Amino acid sequence: MLDVEGLRVTYGAVEAVHGISFSVAKGEVVALIGANGAGKTSTLAALSGLIRPSGGSIRLDGRELVGAPPHRIVAAGVVQVPEGREILARMSVEENLLLGSRGRGGVAALEPVWERFPILRERHALPAGTLSGGEQQMLAIGRALLARGRVLLLDEPSLGLAPKMVATIFDVLADLRRQGTTMLIVEQNALRALRLADRAHVMDLGRLTLSGSGEALLRDQGVVKAYLGG
Amino acid sequence: MLEQLYNALFVGSVYALFALGFALVFSVLDILNLAHPTTFMLGAFAAYFAMTAVGLPWYVAGVLAFFVCGAFGIALDRIAFAPLRRRSAPGLSAMISSLAVTLIVVRLIELRYGGDFITFPAGAVPSLVLRIGDAVLEGIRLGIVVLSIVLMLGLTYVVRRTQLGRDLRALAENPRAARILGVDVDRAISATFFVSSALGGLAGVLLAFAYNTLDSRMGLPLELRAFTVMVVGGMGSLPGAVIGAYILGLGEVASLVYLPTELRDAFAFGLLFLVLIVRPTGLLGHRAADRV
Repeated sequence: MLDVEGLRVTYGAVEAVHGISFSVAKGEVVALIGANGAGKTSTLAALSGLIRPSGGSIRLDGRELVGAPPHRIVAAGVVQVPEGREILARMSVEENLLLGSRGRGGVAALEPVWERFPILRERHALPAGTLSGGEQQMLAIGRALLARGRVLLLDEPSLGLAPKMVATIFDVLADLRRQGTTMLIVEQNALRALRLADRAHVMDLGRLTLSGSGEALLRDQGVVKAYLGG
Repeated sequence: MLEQLYNALFVGSVYALFALGFALVFSVLDILNLAHPTTFMLGAFAAYFAMTAVGLPWYVAGVLAFFVCGAFGIALDRIAFAPLRRRSAPGLSAMISSLAVTLIVVRLIELRYGGDFITFPAGAVPSLVLRIGDAVLEGIRLGIVVLSIVLMLGLTYVVRRTQLGRDLRALAENPRAARILGVDVDRAISATFFVSSALGGLAGVLLAFAYNTLDSRMGLPLELRAFTVMVVGGMGSLPGAVIGAYILGLGEVASLVYLPTELRDAFAFGLLFLVLIVRPTGLLGHRAADRV
């Protein structure tokens, strides 16, 4: 469904991503794990059109996305749940969700999100900045679902959350997976990401150094040593 | 007394229309559009041209000027601001480039119409006088007050309740998040400039109609006042701009009653200083930390 080939990202004279290739099939969950500075977030930024890659191609069902502005990429169905959630703190919870749905169907269209996250319904009129970190993450996920994302790009969904909330968020993601949502997840919490993923890639210094099923990487001694604190 | 209050309301309404456009661009894009006073002047001249050269009635000319100025705003953005934005130039560059547009447009207007005051042809702008007790009220000013309030309510509706408004507020608060959410940023910015400049230009038309005079530099006094209004109301706050405009209008009219005429500008400056010292965030402004 999503095919990335030879993707390069360059900042000035420094190349952060050195021509990586991977794909995400329909209904599949692919994890990208690796240390800080490995180029994971740069990869996602390129996929969302926030930065223009210096080389390579990104295709969604065969359609080239490189060079398209971010709003066209969102409309095509590649939707990011950004690191740090990037919720609009001064706008209400409901308005944040309406931004995700682009107003399609008005407030009635928000029903699926209210059902999935009842706490958000309770707080719908409050400024999103008053939500807890976990609730903000729910809001960011709900917003992306309303954007009719065909591929969700999740950037560090557990970052900065309390352990209990991390578990809740991963339960939500597992739920989405069961429902057939296609996801690319970038995560420092490698253990949880690998358990969730069908396939995973280890990224190091701008290259994919290791690829395999989530389970296989969980058993890999190198991965265990480097990323799972084994 | 009624007359003074009426005038304060009128002056405040014109300031509000003008300052709203200024504040809108500032809140969405964090730039001061120094060409806004020029758009104000251009509105008056567009209406004048439509009435004298084309022979349109005043109300058609006013509507036309509204759209001409809106289109001018979009062009202004494409020429003076968009190239700087693409290069992530600092806000100061945008001020300088909009100042350049001002100089060019003012000179072009002066080439055609000269630098002196001109007036509309006799009878081109309707005059209607209302008498309440011994107060003499000009009808056109009441029309301007009502129209301004209707436009302000309309703008409030657009900003608070529509998808475009949510897009603009998202862009103002967090441009990166807005992009990720699929906001068409170029379209949103064009809409911002259209609305801002159309309102600013219309304010110029209305003031020219009310005083039956226009000139190439009529926008300049508005610049200081728009700054004052924005600082009083809170930088970038739209309701703040409206409140600030009426406070300034009221204060100016009061100062004309109690102080010599020459001190009218001094009043705006004085208010600016006072607010900066006592409440630098303005009445409805966010704390500086919120903006970062």
